[in-house]
Order: sequence, then structure tokens, then C-alpha cells
Amino acid sequence: MVSRVSAERTMTDEPADGRFWSPVVRDGLAIGLATGAYGLSFGALSVAAGLTVAQTAVLSLLMFTGASQFALVGVLAGGGGPIAAAATALLLGSRNGLYGLHLSRVLGLRGWRRLLGAHLVIDESAGMAVRQADGATARTAFWATGLAVFGCWNVATLGGALGAHALADPAALGLDVVAPAAFLALLAPRMRTAPAWVVALAAGAIALASTPYVPAGVPVLLATLPALAWAFAPSGPGRAGDRSGGTAGGGAAKGGMADSAARVLTAGAR
Amino acid sequence: MIWAAILGGSLGCYLVKLAGLSVPERVLRDERVRRAAALLPVALLAALASIHTFGSEGEVAFDVRGLAVGAALVAILARAPFAVVVLVAALVAAGTRLALA
Repeated sequence: MVSRVSAERTMTDEPADGRFWSPVVRDGLAIGLATGAYGLSFGALSVAAGLTVAQTAVLSLLMFTGASQFALVGVLAGGGGPIAAAATALLLGSRNGLYGLHLSRVLGLRGWRRLLGAHLVIDESAGMAVRQADGATARTAFWATGLAVFGCWNVATLGGALGAHALADPAALGLDVVAPAAFLALLAPRMRTAPAWVVALAAGAIALASTPYVPAGVPVLLATLPALAWAFAPSGPGRAGDRSGGTAGGGAAKGGMADSAARVLTAGAR
Repeated sequence: MIWAAILGGSLGCYLVKLAGLSVPERVLRDERVRRAAALLPVALLAALASIHTFGSEGEVAFDVRGLAVGAALVAILARAPFAVVVLVAALVAAGTRLALA
């Protein structure tokens, strides 16, 4: 962990006030450390689900977007094929693309720096960048948070994977319910609008109702149909509810990735 | 097969991130794109949560997992941190199984 900190020293842009150890860097590191808890759970779940330690570690290195990784492992564990698993991860990662609306302007990345920076576009780095008042601080926030989370996420994933690997029977320890609990915790902060509730309830019902009739992994993809219909329908009742941004849902897991995501989405809409 | 899912899924997720930094702004400003990106995670996470709580080899089953995830939901509503939420679920599942065994 200490070596990560020194790595950031060289890779982070100069903060606005000229000092490296600025509050925004400290916040980024704190978020990175907090992500460790997700990483441990993910690593343990992934190995309990049947992936090897190597597969788990590579997934965290290459995919590096938590919810998609949980989803990919979840679909595979449920007997789904590689295409359904990859498609679910991709659809869940689609929100990362939207962060570019704000980030591309603030970061102004070109060439290889854009290729590198793109890998660090996640809920946390985007959420921290969007909250800063000026461009220089936002850039520092993005790189500091992105690199801190990348380091902690991968170290924690490996730790969780090795820990679960050492256990004889992970299922006996209740690791099979880590996945649904994790999905609920990631979902909770997003339940802020009426359309979110309609979409969530419809998705849950469709997934369960179709389970006996289609191959594993497919129910989850079918469950996206109401969301897509709602998003791409020319017009519809209650459309205004999309932008109300109420907080009635509440119950967010503290400091969750999805929470900062929701904030970025709301901020971008203004 | 697992490696195919890992490499294919990772490539897809990376290209989405890169596209976000590369496509013209008006694409991302499109209201339909914004709605889809906001609602897709909701649909997928809700579907995954319900399948992993009540799905069992192509059947719908009500068992210990429902109890454990219910306990996790209580933890979420009590604003417990992520690690506590998953720990509560695992402990309730393991404890109940031990008691029933």
C-alpha cells in the first residue's frame, strides 16, 4: 500500500495549491482504502463462485469496475455462458461511458494519456472529479482517486481471493449470499426516482419469471427490456419523474460507489 | 470459457470508458442515452439480486438465502457500510444452516 502512495506522487498532476498532499489527494486515498472492503468481498466471492485466484486477479486488473465484476462472476456462478456474462458486465458498465461527458472536458486527455485515463474512469474517480470547483483540482482528484482505488482494489481482491482459496467449503460459510447482498447494496443508492422503482420491480419479476424457460444468464438480460423501453420510448407518462432526483429511496450503503455515480449523473444533467 | 468472459467483458467495459472520453458531447447529452445509462444498472442489479436470492438451477426456490438477504436489506436500510451488509448476509446464512443441520 505504501508503494502505491509513492507511485501516485509521480503520476498525479500538480494540485491547484502547488502542494502534493492536498485535501483532495487525501480524500482520494481515503476512498481507495474504503474500496478495499468491496475488493475483499469480491475476491472471496469470485473464488467461492468457482473462478481461480488468477482469473479473479486478472478480472480486477483488466475490467476494473466493481459492479460489472460482481455481475460477471454472478452470471458465471449461476451457470450462465461467457457471452451472457460479458454482456451483463458490459451493460452494467455503460454508466462509465456517461462520465465522459464531464470528464473529457475537465481532463482534456489526448493520445496515450487518454488510453490510460480511460481505464481509471469509474464511479469514484468521476464522482470526486465532478465535485471540484476548478479544473486543476478536478484533474488531481480524478488521478489521485483513480490510482488509489486501482491499487487498493487489486490488492484487496487478491487478498480476498487467497483467503477464500484457503477455505475448504466457502458455501458453508454463507459466501453464496454475498453476491445478492452486494447487488442490493449497490442498488440501494440508485433507488431515488419513481422510474427506478418501476424498473427495479419489473426487472426482478421478469428475471424470476423467465428463469425456468431460458438458459442461465439470459433472464438478467431480458430484465433490461423495461429499462430500455422506458429510456427510448418517444414519450411516456411520468417522464418528469426522471429528473426529479428525489432522495426518498434513502438507505444508501455509506460511501458506496453507486452513490457517487448517482451524484455525477445528477450533476451532469444540470 | 471463463477466460473468454473475463477478456471479452473487460475489453467491452474498457471500450465503453474510452468511448465516453472520445465521442462528441451531443451523444452523451442525448436524454435517451442518459436515461438508459441511469436505468440499466438498476434493472441489472435488481435482476441479479432476485436471481441469486430465489433462483436455483433454473427453478425458483425459497430457502435460507431469502432470510440472509432479508437481513442484508435491514442492514442497508440502517445505512450500514458495504462490508457490514455482506457480512450480515453471510453470518445469517451460515448460522441458519448450522442451526438446521
